[in-house]
Amino acid sequence: MLQGIAFYLLATVTVVSGLLVVTMKNPVHSVLFLILAFFSAAGLFVLLGAEFLAMLLVVVYVGAVAVLFLFVVMMLDVDFVGLREGFTRYMPLAIIVATILLIEMILITAKVVTGGAGATATAVAVATPDASNIETIGRVLYTDYVYFFQAAGIVLLIAMIGAIVLTLRHKPGVRRQKIHDQVTRNAKTAIEIKGAVSGAGLNPEELR
Amino acid sequence: MIGLHAYLVVAAMLFTIGVFGIFVNRKNVIIILMSVELILLAVNINFVAFSTYLHDVQGQIMAMFVLTVAAAEAAVGLAILVTFFRNRGDIAVDDASVMKG
Repeated sequence: MLQGIAFYLLATVTVVSGLLVVTMKNPVHSVLFLILAFFSAAGLFVLLGAEFLAMLLVVVYVGAVAVLFLFVVMMLDVDFVGLREGFTRYMPLAIIVATILLIEMILITAKVVTGGAGATATAVAVATPDASNIETIGRVLYTDYVYFFQAAGIVLLIAMIGAIVLTLRHKPGVRRQKIHDQVTRNAKTAIEIKGAVSGAGLNPEELR
Repeated sequence: MIGLHAYLVVAAMLFTIGVFGIFVNRKNVIIILMSVELILLAVNINFVAFSTYLHDVQGQIMAMFVLTVAAAEAAVGLAILVTFFRNRGDIAVDDASVMKG
């Protein structure tokens, strides 16, 4: 009973805030509703017994991705009103497509639950009573999926390098330390000897 | 008790909202990126629901990999967005074809 109330509350909040993400006028509000949607989805994961993924969702999405979105939205000085033109124009087509898609997917899920892979599904239970969720995940992740785990690490590394390379910018007026130039300097290139006649004084133009 | 079907319907609704968001916000690339995140979240809910109801932890592992790729995608997408904004001064993506080589 309590689980049912929690499920319907969390599911409603997830779907409504998801809908608000795509319909809000101000993108900052969109990001905040995205955070709410992720929080409620994390609650759904807890109801499903996937505590580790729920925590991961909060840490990765709310802590990193949503903040990144918020940062970019607030940093870029964009005219968001102009970007909304076409919103009402595409709305009827979008509603038709979305309705058809939703009906199709719900019909398919009904079929899956009654006759497909979900036919053998049983009620939520603790997957393995002798081991916690995170222990079960760890046992499988570090044995069967260890290469995929490493590949995921490489994907993240490449994404990090790519983001840095894309956004790194050298301003033309700023002087930077050029280590190669400093190291390759020697006495021949660094100094120049000019002859000066004794008693004649120095002409600044000749010294250039 | 909540059945598998309820979770699948929630995931289907979130997925549809994501597709709907891409349709109606054709110009605003930030909202499009957020819609992609919603779609990936729907996929994750599906994975975790099946993982729980079929008593197989591999669905949760897959959801973790989806999460990884989603984070990488958001980082690179927003980096491209920042570069695009610097070069053009706005983020309307419907005339982004000027970037072609």
